[in-house]
Amino acid sequence: MGVEVTERNIESALGDSVILTQVDKVIGWGRKYSFFLYPFITACCGMEFMSVAGPRYDLDRFGAALPRFSPRQADLLFVVGTISHKQAPILVKVYNQMAEPKWVFAYGACVCSGGMYNNYSTVQGIDTILPVDIYVPGCPPRPEMVYDGLIKLQELVQNERSSKWPRGKAQYEPKVKR
Amino acid sequence: MAELRDLVKRKFGASVLDTHADFGDQTVVIAREGVIEVMRWLKEDPAMGFDFMMDLTAVDYLGKKPRDLRFEVVYHLYSLKHNHRIRVKAPVGEDDASLDSIVSLWKAADWFEREVWDLYGIVFKGHPNLKRILLYEEFVGHPLRKDYNIRQRQPLIGPEN
Ligand code: SF4
Repeated sequence: MGVEVTERNIESALGDSVILTQVDKVIGWGRKYSFFLYPFITACCGMEFMSVAGPRYDLDRFGAALPRFSPRQADLLFVVGTISHKQAPILVKVYNQMAEPKWVFAYGACVCSGGMYNNYSTVQGIDTILPVDIYVPGCPPRPEMVYDGLIKLQELVQNERSSKWPRGKAQYEPKVKR
Repeated sequence: MAELRDLVKRKFGASVLDTHADFGDQTVVIAREGVIEVMRWLKEDPAMGFDFMMDLTAVDYLGKKPRDLRFEVVYHLYSLKHNHRIRVKAPVGEDDASLDSIVSLWKAADWFEREVWDLYGIVFKGHPNLKRILLYEEFVGHPLRKDYNIRQRQPLIGPEN
């Protein structure tokens, strides 16, 4: 048979069978408590991220403690702070380098929508360049909001179907190559 | 002792367009052709001794008449030796937005002049490396000009949003 055996092919052959949904549930349960995050920090929201990640608010309680400073070792991209047009190709490169499955956390008003910067230099929301799983607005968001977002992301991961992966490259390809 | 602005006026009467000391800040407005000459004197004259170029920026007075007064390049100088300051302004026109670079006098002016070129599009003649410093080469226009369209988006980013 010339058909490659992938999760996606199996799923389309068997449909929503009980076996596969149960497998997905177990995998989702395993994934949601072990995020390895890549902090892509550019601006003032980073200060609030430090307090979220530090011992006082303690991100570790949610199984998302360990920041990886190589995108290849991370599965949760935390985009924290204003993304300028000059920065956009770098962000896309980081996203494309991450191994699947991967999720994107939009941290702060700037990342969600450009925030207060509707001008020549700021990306009006990173969802114009790559897929976003969770939006946490606020300038900057309170740590409690970040937890709320993270718990919502855990719910999302728990209920994910394996057919969602791989998600592929970011939808945006930089026009200028460097 | 005579005030700084009066000393400048006495020496370069022809280039000095105006002087004032609003809020206690010694200020001289000079014609752009005189910039290099006045600046060199301010730096090298022992009684002036302006060894520290603190700031260089520009202002866009869009709509100011006549058109050759649209921009103003502003220099802030400080003398560590005498502990005095002076502000020098040079009006620059819209049609020929250029004036002489002062990098040959203060190296510190290098990046400031590039920034003013980048954001206002004012050319500094004689600058050793006049290219954009904050934005990227593909950027079209100069965004701190008041007639730059606020909704205009640029080539590095794809989506028009
Ligand atoms: S949302 Fe506010 S705090 Fe966060 S990066 Fe933007 S301006 Fe700074």
